[in-house]
Amino acid sequence: MTTKSDWAAPHPRLATPEAVISVGMLIASGFVLWQTLSIPVSPMYAKVGPTVFPLVTAIGLALLAVLLLVQAFRGGWQHEEEKEISQDWKSLGFVAAGLLCNVSLIRPFGFTAASVIMFVLVTHGFGSRQPLRNAFIGLLLALTAYFGFAKLLGVNIGGGLIENLLGA
Amino acid sequence: METLVQLSHGFTVALTPTNLMWCLVGTTLGTAIGVLPGLGPALTIALLLPITYQVAPEASFILFAGIYYGAMYGGSTTSILLNTPGESATIVTALEGNKMARSGRGGAALATSAIGSFVAGTIGTIGVAFLAPVVVGLALKFGPAEYFALMVLSFVMVSAVLGASAVRGLTSLFIGFFLGMIGVDLQTGQPRFTFGVTELLDGISMVVVAVGLFAVGETLYIAGRRYTGHDEIVPLRGSLYMTAQEWSRSWKAWLRGTLIGFPIGSMPAGGAEIPTFLSYAVEKKLSRHKEEFGTTGAIEGVAGPEAANNASAAGVLVPMLTLGLPTSATAAIMLSAFQSYGINPGPMLLQTQPALVWGLIASLFIANVLLVLLNLPLIGLWIRLINIPAPQLYAGILVFATIGTYGISQSPVDLILLYVLGGMGFLMRRFDFPTAPVIIGMILGPMAETQFRRAMTISNGDWSVFYTHPIALTLLVIAATALIGPSVYGLVKHRHLRGPEHMPGDA
Repeated sequence: MTTKSDWAAPHPRLATPEAVISVGMLIASGFVLWQTLSIPVSPMYAKVGPTVFPLVTAIGLALLAVLLLVQAFRGGWQHEEEKEISQDWKSLGFVAAGLLCNVSLIRPFGFTAASVIMFVLVTHGFGSRQPLRNAFIGLLLALTAYFGFAKLLGVNIGGGLIENLLGA
Repeated sequence: METLVQLSHGFTVALTPTNLMWCLVGTTLGTAIGVLPGLGPALTIALLLPITYQVAPEASFILFAGIYYGAMYGGSTTSILLNTPGESATIVTALEGNKMARSGRGGAALATSAIGSFVAGTIGTIGVAFLAPVVVGLALKFGPAEYFALMVLSFVMVSAVLGASAVRGLTSLFIGFFLGMIGVDLQTGQPRFTFGVTELLDGISMVVVAVGLFAVGETLYIAGRRYTGHDEIVPLRGSLYMTAQEWSRSWKAWLRGTLIGFPIGSMPAGGAEIPTFLSYAVEKKLSRHKEEFGTTGAIEGVAGPEAANNASAAGVLVPMLTLGLPTSATAAIMLSAFQSYGINPGPMLLQTQPALVWGLIASLFIANVLLVLLNLPLIGLWIRLINIPAPQLYAGILVFATIGTYGISQSPVDLILLYVLGGMGFLMRRFDFPTAPVIIGMILGPMAETQFRRAMTISNGDWSVFYTHPIALTLLVIAATALIGPSVYGLVKHRHLRGPEHMPGDA
């Protein structure tokens, strides 16, 4: 629970990542507030209009952001164990690259082709060094997903390079 | 008696060949995703939501319920053999279960957890069948003001009281409120937070949020900590049959776990972890084999918490089916399936959709039987699933995440949203923000807003409805006490005892 340490901080030191998150949230809540005020309110709904809950949310988020900022100045809240783990940015980078490729290639190339590329990049990010084997597994999996969703769930995701080749 | 008659009608629905097939598919799939780390019932049901456009409501809810129950069974297998709890509710199972597996009694641990889950799941489902009509009777007296108050209480319990930190839990909840408000306001037709993007007028799909937080966020989180060492799978040793002594140590723990789990689960507060921790503490206190706890592994420490977990999972269905109140991420997603059928979840559900509700409850009994059969004789099959290597597993999860979200609208906007939410999920995991309140806030927030506005319209803008109605007032007072009580207590205590030791990371 939060309470015990909230009130006593003998060695206050700023926890930078937590502070960044708190400030980011504060900015986001300001943004929510600004967007709320730009919602036009018809005088017909003067009682509880469409802005009351957004306003409550914006104020709530701002308050919580301030509370988080206070905690950040008192040493932050991230678990020690979590802090000690150094982030593997290279690995994360490959996964993110896979996601980016997927977003940008899914329109021109179709779902299956984009998925295979994403699959190879993500498995590489996770440390697998067999791109050809992974491409094959990715292809099988993407086709299973494609036909499974198309046939069983009736989700039509649209054809692409590989789908058209197979006459789907 | 009325309940038994209804339940037998339910069985005629659940025992049709098609619905039995859906139950089998659901329990099998549920066990599989429960066993696999990184996948959970909330994510799986979210990905399968399009099925609601294809089949009758009975069929899809039987499927979803099978997944929900199956994931509990599968999750304990992973906890026992891998010591990596798939979800927070199986942390306690891992404590003793993994110790048992390491000392060569993995078979008995798996057996007591599967049979305990069966006992607790069955008693819990009986509880749902008999408690649901009672709660409906109460709920029919509720007006919008009472509903709003109940939802506020539920918000406070789910986010502020049951988690590690009230501030972070509430933050997640409010983020969920914000996401839920995006789109056209149904009462005035006014677009809110759409930023001029046409795709956002219909609101953000629940699927995108759930998949983004649970699948993409989790994948990024695991990718970022790749070198933190690998979990070792304990090979399964020992027969799956329990000795007479293990039976006699288990059955009381199962019943006690059920008694702890079901009432807590069926409260409009939810929370699957608390009953498992409580049950663990009770078993440790009552056990005649205290020396086994934390050393070679005590079977009571697996039997009790597993039963508590499954009983509370059954209990969660009570507020969901009778009040339309979801208290877990999975329940929230199932609730959105009701909405996709145009069915209004709430106290009228039992009267307007008896075949659906009683068929669902009956199918839960069948699911429990199927799950014991699937999980004990076929355990070797599931163990092989744990061996799927992480690179292919997580890359595969992302492929399914893509088709599940892109398939809804075929718009790259949804994919971009998915990945932005995935990035948020990553930060939330890394900085210990709970993710379930986001999903609950997103579904329940707009419902609370509707009830609030309805109450104010009926009262003609008079705020007093919230404090002159006794039920509404009581619920709001409980909520306020639960929210600020701990801080006030902490302040008072601090005045007495100056400066308790500061624990960074505990805040």
